[in-house]
Amino acid sequence: MSEKLRSTPLLDELEKGPWPSFVKEIKKSAETNTMAEGTLGQLERSYMDKISHWKHGGLVGVMGYGGGVIGRYSDLPEEFPEVAAFHTYRVNQPSGWFYTSDVLRTLCDIWERHGSGLTNMHGSTGDIIFLGSTTEALEPCFADLTANGFDLGGSGSDVRTPSCCVGPARCEWACYDTLDACNDITHSYQDELHRPAFPYKYKFKFAGCPNDCVASVARSDMSIIGTWKDDIQVDQAKVQEYAANGVDIEAEICRLCPTKCIKWDGKSLDIDNAECVKCMHCINVMPKALRPGKERGATILIGAKAPIIGGALLSAVFVPFLEMEPPYEDLKELAEAIWDFWGEYGKNRERVGEFIQRVGLGNFLDEIGLEPVPEMVAHPRSNPYIFFEEELEEDE
Amino acid sequence: MAVADRKTDIGPPDFRQFLPPIIKKNYGKWAYHEILEPGVMVHVGESGDQLYTVRAGTPRLLSTVTIRQFAELADKYCGGHLRWTSRHNVEFLLTDKSKIPALKKELHEIGFPVGGTGNAISSIVHTQGWVHCHSSATDASGVVKAIMDEVYPHFVNMDLPAKLRIAFACCLNMCGAVHCSDIAVLGVHTKAPIIDHENLPKLCEIPTLVASCPTGAIRPATVDGKQSVEVEEAQCMFCGNCYTVCPAMQINNADADGISIWVGGKVSNARHEPMFSKLAIPFIPNNPPRWPEVVEAVVKIVKVYAENARKHERMGEWIERIGWPRFFKMTDIPFTKYHIDDFRHAGETYKRSTQLKH
Ligand code: HEM
Ligand code: HEM
Ligand code: SF4
Ligand code: SF4
Ligand code: SF4
Ligand code: SF4
Repeated sequence: MSEKLRSTPLLDELEKGPWPSFVKEIKKSAETNTMAEGTLGQLERSYMDKISHWKHGGLVGVMGYGGGVIGRYSDLPEEFPEVAAFHTYRVNQPSGWFYTSDVLRTLCDIWERHGSGLTNMHGSTGDIIFLGSTTEALEPCFADLTANGFDLGGSGSDVRTPSCCVGPARCEWACYDTLDACNDITHSYQDELHRPAFPYKYKFKFAGCPNDCVASVARSDMSIIGTWKDDIQVDQAKVQEYAANGVDIEAEICRLCPTKCIKWDGKSLDIDNAECVKCMHCINVMPKALRPGKERGATILIGAKAPIIGGALLSAVFVPFLEMEPPYEDLKELAEAIWDFWGEYGKNRERVGEFIQRVGLGNFLDEIGLEPVPEMVAHPRSNPYIFFEEELEEDE
Repeated sequence: MAVADRKTDIGPPDFRQFLPPIIKKNYGKWAYHEILEPGVMVHVGESGDQLYTVRAGTPRLLSTVTIRQFAELADKYCGGHLRWTSRHNVEFLLTDKSKIPALKKELHEIGFPVGGTGNAISSIVHTQGWVHCHSSATDASGVVKAIMDEVYPHFVNMDLPAKLRIAFACCLNMCGAVHCSDIAVLGVHTKAPIIDHENLPKLCEIPTLVASCPTGAIRPATVDGKQSVEVEEAQCMFCGNCYTVCPAMQINNADADGISIWVGGKVSNARHEPMFSKLAIPFIPNNPPRWPEVVEAVVKIVKVYAENARKHERMGEWIERIGWPRFFKMTDIPFTKYHIDDFRHAGETYKRSTQLKH
């Protein structure tokens, strides 16, 4: 059985130890799949040479789509002909990464038929990643996927596959329906997702509360983070229970509240909700006793990105509070207004966060049609170089 | 198949068809949850229904053979219902509490540890590395595996002051957006691309190539009578963008590529606002297959943090309290000129007060 596998002394070192081994995974597929076998061989070479042996892919894809497939070729095709072409599909995941065993087996069937049998569950944007197929296999694999209800995700300068936290499916803190919103936005923007027409990528991520379990503030151009406006719901009896069970409420809750708006007299918890910044800390520590308020929605932030090109950014507050009810018209209007302006004036490969820094948030708001509010800044400017605009009255 | 029959733009399948009945019934009506033991949670609905989650770590790179094994376990223990988390963990969704020990045992037997909940280290979010990407300065899966083998006790226990998130990316593109993690491990190139003047004119469009450089380091040039480019090396920050558009700009360099380590980032809003990770160690050479120097550095940082941070304090909150000078002292990490920012707005990171500990 394994005698037919290439010898991989370096990779074999990574089969040892308690954490599950990706080398074992590649070997499992390699038993029956020559592409996976080739991957193993070429990866061993990379471990010897301390260098990647992949070449970037050029343009490969399925008919009519501009994204969804990452082209990849080996730079050692004679030695590893099985992986001479080794393209990757991004398959759009269902919201919240929920599956049934049947649908997983269907995906496995498709991928064993057309590719290496190797996957990532999941890529960092959220897609199911099918790692490694030939150029000829792309169309038939795509046909099998769509016949079974799956489609490709985004890549290139388009809407990237949106993703969301587990939300109301299994989290008591979800302040809106992250799964439905993610699914709705994904379906509403299929054209923008499959046919790159933007200056650069545009990512949506939906988090149900300020814990931000999908890291939307760091990883998306449009971060939709659930929050609430009214009072935290308190069950005083349960607070006492936590206290009785050893939670030091003064030290662990009151003193760690960023705005110090909680008082505890040993019997009841008194939250000055007007001062609460909805950070989630107290709720995280006592989930049975505290819950977000009832008047719920989301804060919309924009512009996060990794360092390339102009430096890393976190998303910045754009709309302090937005109700999040289907069909999410307000959110869609905002996104479309941004795409219109950025689409026209953004430079090639300029993320919206960088674009806003270049044109200025104030000017950006003018174009989008939003009023400036102090929630948008950490503090007002401290430099006096104000570009006052000419008063229009002079013309009239 | 005829083009007319070709289905496109159908989008992802509706998630609702994959939800277990208990979730459909209690959707949006969960009352609270508890972590029963590492990797096992119960979510209790307002209805009183109880949903048990068993979370297991995976290497992210999974064979269909393993996915089929997970599907079988889901059939056997929870009506075929499972999901993945944002950190590559797989979660089985049970309604029968009594089945948990047997499921845990089977997962253990096939090599997937249960854990990653609460004040623990969860799976490392990571990228492709030498398994699939062309511009990787290091492998992703191998470094991640080597680190997780050593910090494993913090995955299967909940013995840290707070959550500790580790992320890994194999070049500055940071496909995992690692820049807001408690510990970020980042592959770095340290030498400008080596230009293959012979083949460049055949392989690449020069204007596109020139435009690809974020710092404007690439200029058209004639070399040995051929149209090519030159790189102003002092301006290159080794991002590899040029290599992405032109294979004649080899950025990978076996001797000069390696790993940097960053600390103190977070994305959650709990207590402190979200923060970027900051540089702890600028460069460690690649040493496959197990990168012992990288593993040792991560283990050391985790240990010093675990011993010194207060309860609920994330890495970045702890460092902010004790101050960076003390962080470098406690971890024995040398502070160098590379730690001092010299990109745009660098001055904002200089200390401009006398509030120092002596
Ligand atoms: C200018 C910045 C970036 C460039 C040039 C870039 C380029 C690439 C390339 C070439 C790949 C293919 C890797 C492969 O061979 O499979 C890739 C994969 C990927 N990138 Fe990026 N990337 C950038 C930033 C990001 C960021 C910020 C994110 C997420 C927040 C991201 C998410 C992904 C994902 C999800 C994949 C799929 C594979 C994986 O999960 O590792 N990328 N990127
Ligand atoms: C105790 C209740 C909580 C629940 C039920 C919960 C739920 C989740 C879930 C389901 C995930 C995906 C898990 C995984 O991928 O391993 C996750 C990830 C995450 N959670 Fe939470 N969460 C909780 C509290 C928190 C808190 C208190 C914080 C921050 C202090 C937090 C920050 C995060 C972060 C940063 C991630 C990882 C995101 C990523 O990088 O992919 N969560 N959480
Ligand atoms: S972001 Fe909030 S609502 Fe969503 S899973 Fe995390 S804790 Fe729950
Ligand atoms: S949510 Fe945060 S800010 Fe609000 S009361 Fe609780 S700890 Fe304080
Ligand atoms: S981080 Fe860089 S090397 Fe790694 S997968 Fe992304 S683009 Fe490729
Ligand atoms: S590596 Fe980046 S900075 Fe250096 S020349 Fe290439 S594109 Fe420019």
